[in-house]
Amino acid sequence: MSHVILVPILLPLFAAILCIAGHKRSIAYRRAVSLVSTLLLPAFAVMLLASAARDEITVYAMGNWPAPFGIVLVLDRLSAAMLMLTALLAVPVLLYAIAGADEKGRGFHALFQLQLVGLNGAFLTGDIFNLFVFFEVLLAASYGLLAHGGGLLRARASLVYVIMNLAGSTLFLIALALIYGTLGTLNIADLAVVVPQVALSDQALVRTAFALLIVVFALKSALLPLSFWLPLSYGAAVAPVAALFAILTKVGIYALLRVAGIIFSAADFTVNLFEPWLVPIAIATIALGTAGVLAAARLTVVVAYLVVVSTGTMLSVASHLDINSATAIIYYMVHSTLVTAGFFLLADTIARQRGELEDRLQRGPRVKNLAQIGAAFLVLAVAVSGMPPLSGFLGKFMLMHSVQSSRWAVGVWTTLLVSSLIVGLAMARHVSVLFWEPKVDEPPPAYPPSSKLRAFALILLVAASPVLTLVTGSVSAYARAAADQLITRQLYIEAVLGISPQIFRERRP
Amino acid sequence: MELILSLGIGLLTATGIYLILRERTFSVLLGITLLSYATNLFIFVSGRLTIGAPPLLVPGQMDHTDAIPQALVLTAIVISFGMTAYVVALALKAKGESGTDHVDAGEQRR
Repeated sequence: MSHVILVPILLPLFAAILCIAGHKRSIAYRRAVSLVSTLLLPAFAVMLLASAARDEITVYAMGNWPAPFGIVLVLDRLSAAMLMLTALLAVPVLLYAIAGADEKGRGFHALFQLQLVGLNGAFLTGDIFNLFVFFEVLLAASYGLLAHGGGLLRARASLVYVIMNLAGSTLFLIALALIYGTLGTLNIADLAVVVPQVALSDQALVRTAFALLIVVFALKSALLPLSFWLPLSYGAAVAPVAALFAILTKVGIYALLRVAGIIFSAADFTVNLFEPWLVPIAIATIALGTAGVLAAARLTVVVAYLVVVSTGTMLSVASHLDINSATAIIYYMVHSTLVTAGFFLLADTIARQRGELEDRLQRGPRVKNLAQIGAAFLVLAVAVSGMPPLSGFLGKFMLMHSVQSSRWAVGVWTTLLVSSLIVGLAMARHVSVLFWEPKVDEPPPAYPPSSKLRAFALILLVAASPVLTLVTGSVSAYARAAADQLITRQLYIEAVLGISPQIFRERRP
Repeated sequence: MELILSLGIGLLTATGIYLILRERTFSVLLGITLLSYATNLFIFVSGRLTIGAPPLLVPGQMDHTDAIPQALVLTAIVISFGMTAYVVALALKAKGESGTDHVDAGEQRR
């Protein structure tokens, strides 16, 4: 049994411990520790990705207790892709933070590494209670990161964010207790085996428990009635933190894909849990996000609403999960995480040059390096609004193609196209306010010294969408294989439990 | 005993939800605490109620309690305790900076 699968969890954990132990040392020490850990992660993610790409599902039993009695970590194509995405996002975000934002508080690097522990753990675990624990790890770190920098706005945004998520965690625990009380197991693969055998009298309870799980994951991914915390908290966070948070909503979508693909589709009475409400709600989420993009007064909040739009976009095809829709969701997840993260960093870069105005969408002083910043804005705006030729267009095309024969096709197609158009128009308006109508009569502010490191980090994320467009063939082929593995289910279950598992279960009152 | 426990959990949940919907952070905090008590009890009873039985398989003894919910509830207690402590700190910070413990303290209409 290879122990490499533990590295994405243990490496940042040790880095966090070193950062906390060295809290009295200079910031250079913490930066070095954090940087080494974050730069090593992509290397290990590539190793794991290569092993998953050979269609091997690696199962690591903690303490060598076999599933379903012990906790297992499972590496399949989907989780390897998510690990890779996290590692690729963490590097530029950390570089950007090292250029200055990490000095505003002592705990930044420890919290950043703990956030990575939680993310990687949530993607790897094969046990639904352990998923809760890693959710809490990543949430606890995100509470600290959100408050990083201080100030009343951040304290208030954190308060709302923490209370929302605590309520969500409570629901998660209630769902888990219901699942354990009715099904007697918490292992994801084992749940898929047990669900079809549930007695008729217990089916309503099991459906309730699964519906509660969906509510929790909808809260994490900011699906409509539960999405109002997101613009407030992401808009208040320091730029690199907001950029890292771009992947937090995707954890919710990953968890939905995992439980829907492996567990819900296992039995007749749970397979249609998303019907008929998910698509209308996803469409309403897109509408809300698009309205927010038009109405927001600050560029960071605009980007936060773009995150809401991306959630709605992905979930609008998730109602009937088949290989096409799962492929499209996985591809779009990679695209939207990197693009929105880049946009958060760009908003900060622009805000730095506008003095007191910061990122407010008002006429202000002329921006220095107009050509470079304008080009970055153009790339990100084209990618995020889904215009050709970048990856946003390809992702939306795949999403729309996957629902063409479903009964929701007209609604989803109309919403995606109209929202693309409106986001594109809003972007054009923001460009014109920010760049093309400077107040020339005012003396330009004292530009802060530009940082090469910040520029480099920004270029890495801005380049993500064009690069993703160039390698779309291989990425979508991988995503298709990952979706196939998820939908087929049998391989996952056999890898975790062994072929034709004989598990003795006690009968419970 | 089932009836008493389920009524107790229901009462805790209802009180918790009512308090979470209040507008002062102190009430919200109490609500979160009560709600987490209710959840912990709920997890605990998901292993069924058994009296006078060990959470171990002892040779010769027929009945035993399910040990897993006890382990789960321990994890849940630790996490909810830590999180509640953090919310207290955060609420105090927000009150210190704005002078009020209203949940919308310092909100600017823009």
